Amino acid sequence: MLVVACIKQVPDTTQVKIDPVTNTLVREGIPFIMNPFDTHALEEALRLKDKYGVRVAAISMGPPNAEMTLRKALSLGADEVVLLSDRAFGGADTLATSMVIAEAVRKLAAKEELALVICGKQTIDGDTAQVGPGIAIRMNLVPLTLVDRIVDLDLKAKKITVSRKLEGRHEIVEAKMPAMLTVVREINKPRYPSVPMRLEAQDMTVTLWDNKVMNLDVNQIGLKGSPTAVRKIFSPEREQGEIVGDGAGDPAGTAKLLVEKLVQKELLAL
Amino acid sequence: MIPNPKVFTIVFAAAILLFIWSCVRRFSLVTIGKPEDRFDNFPARIRDTFVYAFAQKRVLQKAFGLNHFILFWSFMVLLLANGEFVLKGLHHSITFMALPSVIHNPLYFLFDLVSLFALLCVVVAGIRRIVAPPYPEAITADAYFILGMIAGLMIAYFNLHGVEIAIGEVTATMPISAAVGNMFYAGITPEEAHPLIAFWWWLHALIFLLFLNYLPYSKHMHILSSIPNCYFRRFEKANTLPVEAFVKGGKFGVETIDQFTWKDLFDSYSCTECGRCQLVCPASSTGKPLNPRQIIHDLKVNLLTNGPAMKDGGKPTLPLIGDGGEGSITEDQIWSCTSCGACMEVCPVFIEQMPKILQLRRYLVEMKAHFPEELLNLFENMEQRSNPWGIAPTERTKWCSQLNVKPFDNTTEYLLYVGCAGAFDSRNKQVTVALAGILDAAGVSWGILGKEEMCCGDSLRRLGNEFVFDKMAKENVKLWKDRGVKKIITMCPHCFSTLKNDYRQYGFDGEVIHHADLINELLGKGRLKLKKSADMGKVVFHDSCYLGRHNDIYDSPRAVISKATGKAPVEMDRKLGESFCCGAGGGRMWMEEHLGTRINLERVDEALKKNPDTVCVTCPYCMTMFDDGLKDRNADKVVVKDIAEIVAEGLR
Repeated sequence: MLVVACIKQVPDTTQVKIDPVTNTLVREGIPFIMNPFDTHALEEALRLKDKYGVRVAAISMGPPNAEMTLRKALSLGADEVVLLSDRAFGGADTLATSMVIAEAVRKLAAKEELALVICGKQTIDGDTAQVGPGIAIRMNLVPLTLVDRIVDLDLKAKKITVSRKLEGRHEIVEAKMPAMLTVVREINKPRYPSVPMRLEAQDMTVTLWDNKVMNLDVNQIGLKGSPTAVRKIFSPEREQGEIVGDGAGDPAGTAKLLVEKLVQKELLAL
Repeated sequence: MIPNPKVFTIVFAAAILLFIWSCVRRFSLVTIGKPEDRFDNFPARIRDTFVYAFAQKRVLQKAFGLNHFILFWSFMVLLLANGEFVLKGLHHSITFMALPSVIHNPLYFLFDLVSLFALLCVVVAGIRRIVAPPYPEAITADAYFILGMIAGLMIAYFNLHGVEIAIGEVTATMPISAAVGNMFYAGITPEEAHPLIAFWWWLHALIFLLFLNYLPYSKHMHILSSIPNCYFRRFEKANTLPVEAFVKGGKFGVETIDQFTWKDLFDSYSCTECGRCQLVCPASSTGKPLNPRQIIHDLKVNLLTNGPAMKDGGKPTLPLIGDGGEGSITEDQIWSCTSCGACMEVCPVFIEQMPKILQLRRYLVEMKAHFPEELLNLFENMEQRSNPWGIAPTERTKWCSQLNVKPFDNTTEYLLYVGCAGAFDSRNKQVTVALAGILDAAGVSWGILGKEEMCCGDSLRRLGNEFVFDKMAKENVKLWKDRGVKKIITMCPHCFSTLKNDYRQYGFDGEVIHHADLINELLGKGRLKLKKSADMGKVVFHDSCYLGRHNDIYDSPRAVISKATGKAPVEMDRKLGESFCCGAGGGRMWMEEHLGTRINLERVDEALKKNPDTVCVTCPYCMTMFDDGLKDRNADKVVVKDIAEIVAEGLR
């Protein structure tokens, strides 16, 4: 059985600045990391490997230097990694991205029966949370988003039960496999690579699939296959705040004043 | 009168063969360890063997060491006496009596006197163990058995010679034996005397041979091993760890006893269980499971258990890292070490406890990727953003955004290596600003690498993450070489020691100076002139482990405080080489302290006993630990200041 973890290499956003003139991300000299949510996706796949002996493939679409992130996946214990990289894939929105990844997963699943595709809840650069569900719909997998626990997994009966972390509540869902999971951080604590595994990973193969291998219609992938276009990226201006009243001296009066202000700004309805 | 030499020859030969067999069997086990060169520098080794083994310099650093010193030298003298005893037993004619009386008379007098010393020392040691044992577990049957044997040996000696003197067989001046003879054997006939002589002689001979054969199986093995252990001591401080070669298929750290070096293993044989290490250990003294004496004992037991099979290529049966039973060490013990080095500083026979513990960490981190969970973030942050907090490297220059600080270039003399705490920690950023002011006031040519600066990796190395440390060290050394850095100022003793000692292994040979030393130098040369005396009230000084114990810098900070405040700092009870760790070393800064009481509180309480207004530190970790501890103790009026801040007060 095969579990595919989808991981993305993202710029370390704590260090990303937006160019005030061009409104684009300043990526120069910014280190790349594995998307934090995806580290949990990979970890969950690896835990299934430890527990059930499934094979884990990690897959990533991105520029050639994303190989580094896939190597990290190898050092953590992924059995196989595939990098989807081609100029034709570039500039893709979530629709085009999920197209390429879904095709790649299908290709992997041709060799071995697919149990699960696991993605992070979203990436920290795009923040759309759409690629996971996109893959699910294209592959006709059950989409199980925001999973914070795999409650039960029955590989023989091809059934999975998960807990979904929703706002203010949890939902326990049973679904048929193959399924697609997107996971939240609470699902697990990612492992750390041992040195022998790191050294091993240095010499392991990162399989490269470009569009010669994938052979996809160029009108459905990359920039051409993307109906979404980014018009502008900007840091939202924060309005100057104001100190209301004297909280220490007159707490009751200040609270009243604050409520009045909020009502006035239609932020609060009485 | 000597009992039957033929019988004795057989007994003696058997005992000696048994002794040799025991020694070979036990000591040969150290050969399963890895190689390590401790054979260089012959003259210095001989010198130190005299200073530390024979003159017992370190033993005498504690008051009770005098007892050991006297006993040791009594033994040395009695080696001669017992040598004669044995040879005479083998052949009647081999005796000092054959020498002229001007030689043999003083010798016998000396033997007699020294035997009394030995007896008294043993009695004192026995009483001490009951009245005021060095540590509670010191009262062992093994200890009393040994003391009893030594006492028995002396008693037999006095009685033997007492009888001989009583019947006039010995005429040498032996006042104690003579007194014993007078007391118990006055007026006996030679016929009555002979069975008594035979009895005391054989008792003496048998205790001696039993003692000899018991040695290799007891803690008194140190009688055989501690002198060579002093000979094979490490000359430079054990403030660094060996580099590892990261090749595929390699094993990293220490999992099994044979992965230690032969010297590590020999250390375990040299321990006398005096317990001095555990008394100074911050972990042991705050109720944590780590006890350096026990660690060394466990290594010995593990070696004795697993060694014989492993020597023949077999597998160990007793795990080295395990449940903490005798011969195995728990993970909690391994993670409790602050790497403060107090154990090594105090060990009379130069056992290196701390590096062994850190080698075990290496195994856990590198081979098993298994460590306290709070370290995961630290490791990821270090590797990804080259600082412990995971703050964006672009913020490394925030501390000087309001200042005019020059970047380091090839015309600059000193690189100010700000370090992570100095660049990111809000309290320590103030120290950096203070130091910058001092450097400018003294006209020092200095600059920073700013956003390019990377973490030194100290915590990683002490936490056993050698793989990532290795990468960071190489990157740093390359950066400095590329930029022509020759002289580095550090503000953190951890950076200081890492750059100065650890980075030598990576080919960095520039000058590294801690700001305490530099400020002292600037004040001394008159380059830094203070406008006024800084009024900090009563200043208590805390020695940082990595400045003091690990690098022997004790005087500079004290001199600087004296010059800046006009008064010498007040000393804490534990100071200089015996200073007590703040609790943050060895990567403990980044770990929770779940076990026992808090180390920083113990040190803060010690400082508060002196009623200070200011606690002066020289280390950002100490700063944090004292700040936190003083808050916990509601001692809000006491401030913690770095030495640079105190000096900066004098510049205002």
